[in-house]
Amino acid sequence: MSVIIDADGNTPSPDNPAPVIEAPRARTARSPKSTRGNFELYGWLFMRVSGVLLTVLVIGHLLIQLVLDGGVSRIGFAFVAGRWASPFWQAWDLTMLWLATLHGANGLRTVINDYAERPGTRFWLKWLLYAATVFTVLLGTLVIFTFDPNIR
Amino acid sequence: MSTPTLDKSDQVEDATPYITATFRIRRFNPEVAAEATWEDFTIEIDPKERVLDALHKIKWELDGTLTFRRSCAHGICGSDAMRINGRNRLACKTLIKDINPEKPITVEAIKGLTLLKDLVVDMEPFFQAYRDVMPFLVANGNEPTRERLQSAEDRERFDDTTKCILCAACTSSCPVFWNDGQYFGPAAIVNAHRFIFDSRDDAGEQRLEILNDRDGVWRCRTTFNCTDACPRGIEVTKAIQEVKRALITRRY
Repeated sequence: MSVIIDADGNTPSPDNPAPVIEAPRARTARSPKSTRGNFELYGWLFMRVSGVLLTVLVIGHLLIQLVLDGGVSRIGFAFVAGRWASPFWQAWDLTMLWLATLHGANGLRTVINDYAERPGTRFWLKWLLYAATVFTVLLGTLVIFTFDPNIR
Repeated sequence: MSTPTLDKSDQVEDATPYITATFRIRRFNPEVAAEATWEDFTIEIDPKERVLDALHKIKWELDGTLTFRRSCAHGICGSDAMRINGRNRLACKTLIKDINPEKPITVEAIKGLTLLKDLVVDMEPFFQAYRDVMPFLVANGNEPTRERLQSAEDRERFDDTTKCILCAACTSSCPVFWNDGQYFGPAAIVNAHRFIFDSRDDAGEQRLEILNDRDGVWRCRTTFNCTDACPRGIEVTKAIQEVKRALITRRY
């Protein structure tokens, strides 16, 4: 039977009967008093609503781009320019961009909350996620609104 | 003319109901080793007995240091929830013949709570979450002189969640709870559900507000582990979704 020495070099003794096991669920002074608020509720609701809308938007998008009327072979600069001449397709693509990016970002946020154990990892992963989200949404929006078919 | 009877001589060889079964138990003693280890115990036991009987036999006849919780031993007190063959079950409600005794039967403590010794975990975080949802009747107005009456339909509304015995099999099977124990966990939500949908209770809104927390019902990912684990057959995931729905519909 081997006696194990804990991290501080103490062997078990009457004063120190066992290695200390940190309680993982302790409510310490540092854990926030109240984390209530409707943010998670809105987040949850947004996932459901955007999910339903995205089903329609994405399947429609895929059908038009890949299947109907010649499919993927006719996609080119002229095809995109032609579609974005219409405000309807601009609105469609803009809605799809915002919903898909925010839906994905919120999903990844919950994944990070669930799986990143250290606060530091959690912070930096979320920072990266939010930066990527803002960048994608802003760049996409900029392109849709300022697209010029007569570019040289 | 004689009554047909079973030929007794055929059964002599099978007279003993005992089989040899191996129990692979996850042992942990913080005074001896910092790591938990698997230890095998081979015993002769009737497969119609329960896993708890096997643990008793091991403790009483082979190794008295084996530590586990049990109290009533009949599936009511909820103290012997453990992970048997990789699933959370009550040792006192699991028959050995039902979990394939031909292979070693693994027995370990429930996950997600601090291991104290062998199969005993620290249940305090679990009960902390339970206390946080105010698991008691809160009624405004004058106290009636006799009992608080309720129709059969109103009682039926929350009947499923009254069955909870607080064994922690659901909460300790939840992957969200494993990774971040600040989550209230299925058991606390089930016990909140029991009062939120009780027509005699007046603090439903308060309880809903508590579960609207960042670590409340919205962290549920509907993996159904809790429903699978519940030894009382409570539809735990359904109860959690009903609380979510109540949060949305009662406000908008």
